[in-house]
Amino acid sequence: MTTDHEPSDSTTVAGESGEPRRRIGVYVCHCGGNISDYVDVAAVRDAVAGDAEVVHVETTLFACSDATQNDMIEMIESQHLDGLVVASCSPKLHVPTFRAVSRRAGLNPFEYTQVNIREQCSWVHSDDRAGATAKAIGLVRAGIAKTAHSVPLEPITVETTPSALVVGAGVAGMRAATGLADLGLRVYLIERAATLGGWVDRWGPMYPNGADGHQLIERLREQVATRDAITVVTNAELVAKSGNFGNYDVDVRVMSDPPTTQRFRVGSIVVATGFDTYQPEVGEYGYGIDGVVTLAEFKELVDATPGPLRVGGRPVRTVTYIYCVGSRQPDGHQYCSRYCCAATVHASITVADHDADVAQYHLYRDIRTYGKLELLYQESRRRGSVYMKFPDDTPPAVRRDDAGHLVVRTTDTLTEGMAVDIPTDLVVLVTGMVPRENHDLTSLLKLPVGGDGFYNEIHPKLRPVETVVDGVLIAGTCQGPKNSFESVASGLAAVAQSGATLLKGVAELDPLVVNVDQDRCTWCGACQEVCPYGAIDRIVCDGREVATVNALSCKGCGGCAAFCANEAIELLGSTTAQIESMIDGMLEGSARDEELMV
Amino acid sequence: MVESDGASRVARRPRILVFSTNNISDPGIDLAGSQHLHYSPAVSTITVPCSSGIQPTWVAYALEHGFDGVFLAIDGDECAYLPDCNQRSSRVAARAQEMVKEKGIEAQRIRMSAICSVCSEAFVKHMEEFSAVLGELGPTGERVP
Ligand SMILES: Cc1cc2nc3c(=O)[nH]c(=O)nc-3n(C[C@H](O)[C@H](O)[C@H](O)COP(=O)(O)OP(=O)(O)OC[C@H]3O[C@@H](n4cnc5c(N)ncnc54)[C@H](O)[C@@H]3O)c2cc1C
Repeated sequence: MTTDHEPSDSTTVAGESGEPRRRIGVYVCHCGGNISDYVDVAAVRDAVAGDAEVVHVETTLFACSDATQNDMIEMIESQHLDGLVVASCSPKLHVPTFRAVSRRAGLNPFEYTQVNIREQCSWVHSDDRAGATAKAIGLVRAGIAKTAHSVPLEPITVETTPSALVVGAGVAGMRAATGLADLGLRVYLIERAATLGGWVDRWGPMYPNGADGHQLIERLREQVATRDAITVVTNAELVAKSGNFGNYDVDVRVMSDPPTTQRFRVGSIVVATGFDTYQPEVGEYGYGIDGVVTLAEFKELVDATPGPLRVGGRPVRTVTYIYCVGSRQPDGHQYCSRYCCAATVHASITVADHDADVAQYHLYRDIRTYGKLELLYQESRRRGSVYMKFPDDTPPAVRRDDAGHLVVRTTDTLTEGMAVDIPTDLVVLVTGMVPRENHDLTSLLKLPVGGDGFYNEIHPKLRPVETVVDGVLIAGTCQGPKNSFESVASGLAAVAQSGATLLKGVAELDPLVVNVDQDRCTWCGACQEVCPYGAIDRIVCDGREVATVNALSCKGCGGCAAFCANEAIELLGSTTAQIESMIDGMLEGSARDEELMV
Repeated sequence: MVESDGASRVARRPRILVFSTNNISDPGIDLAGSQHLHYSPAVSTITVPCSSGIQPTWVAYALEHGFDGVFLAIDGDECAYLPDCNQRSSRVAARAQEMVKEKGIEAQRIRMSAICSVCSEAFVKHMEEFSAVLGELGPTGERVP
């Protein structure tokens, strides 16, 4: 049956040329006009209407609307569809929507395929209707082919333990621990050092509002201590982890005399192991010369000195700051360390508070006091700080002159590149953050490390604290440079994310993992060797050694499949049958040569 | 395969298959759409979880069945699964190139580059350059029985 009233035209073809192997329903979305203005959606519908496995195809104004969702459910039920293809926007937007539709209609959600004919078709080919339409037909055919080769899959369900391990008790880890306890979860907070607090415990007044770092940590220690649900273990490190998502057994070694080991069962692990400060090489901007200090050293000096600053017994009259030391280096740490501009500007205001007559020169490449922190920058200028920009290729040089005086030579871009000598009492190298050395923990938890050496999240915008290791979350500066309030915010995000799984008591894992065809496998061990998640084991099956996959540990990257000489490994959802039939579908549906003329 | 005569071979836009990844390169390719950039409609994309899982045989299959070029839009350093994803993906590309060379298909028909989740413009540029190179080479189908 074919009807042609816009925008919901449908064609139902049932069992015309023999019984179709599969019973697939296809929806081609107008997306208001976002798609149909550039792609002839009716032509797409008509092109696939006769395909052997297509039982029903229609165009729809908005596939995601409630009305269409209900129509889909009715259609799936009445036509006994065993596959669903929705050709609309990017899978990033509505996969959960249509998986839920499938579920409600009694269709296995993994028998549904999303086809992206908006971001990857209509919007990029708005200049070529024939080309866009031909391509859309190919993409929809590929989606139908993939669905035809799909198998029903069930999410892997696991019961979870309502407790969490927090590794590292800096400001991020401590705040995460109190947050988790307040959700009603049991918490084990372990810290390598003898005391809780991390770097913030060392600081006096901090930006943005001058609150004292040490006192903030004191308060957090009290909040940790008054919560019965939190067990604190100091001088402690994680040494072993076993079990699977939702139920990890962790061994914590306490460096007491003699060392002891404690075992806890936890549902999630929050890694909040923090950062280290960049340590300049001797000679880098004069580091090693008396009177040249890092920002962290300077901060401790300022915080410990209630009145005017002194070095080597002499009062400090001039301070010169050199920014971006160890950050934004083309062949070193390329990233911006984020906290340092504001921390330096804030420290210079504190210096001026203590002694209004100190001259302060800030030699910078760029100043990034973003958001409200801009007000601090303005205040420091009001208080007499002088800012001078040097060119990227001519950094300042620090030396002691013949008379033994400390001198910084810089090139001032704002006065036509004039070289300026600044006699100074103290040089502060504004050093950034670097990843903390934590090799054992990184390999134990299989934490993904990015190019800059910090831990990587799954998605910077949408899943900022989850890692690909289910139930292992990252918070604070172990993920990248952050100031203390950004660290706390990410700690609380890890709390919410832990709560979202652990409070339900059960968790669902995506079943798109690899599968070993044990008839083909001859056990060479290559797959086991290349899997960093330990998801592959060797078993003996009918007297033969073969590989087997632990679906709870497999992350579904498929990386092992490329190493299998026997093509015995396939990734569910991207099997060779699916990919090759998609390629066929694309070519079959794709533009004829004459439509591809330039 | 649709036959093409000499004249249309010069003019036809090369068919390119792109392999992208769910979390990194596909969002970058989507972004080209959100920004309404343009590339050839003879470019189509298949998305997989991680570029290290692309099978060299799939690449060869695509070239043998009518695509003129295959572009691997790999995860690069940002891969959330594998720290050595770059090397692994390069290995996939190299093996696919060996495989097709044996079948008389030029290795230049397989290209690889990291495409990040905001690399929309870089992606479009790659497609333009690759289309130009493939245009020079002519359709693959002509050389393969
Ligand atoms: C000089 C300087 C000035 C600053 N000034 C400001 C400011 O004014 N305002 C502001 O907001 N921010 C400021 N910051 C930034 C602030 O210090 C950080 O944002 C904050 O310390 C990050 O907290 P964290 O919990 O992520 O890491 P950390 O403070 O580094 O804490 C991590 C904790 O984890 C522990 N740990 C590490 N590895 C392990 C392991 N394997 N097992 C167990 N425990 C482990 C460490 O011992 C540590 O206690 C400044 C930073 C510096 C360097």
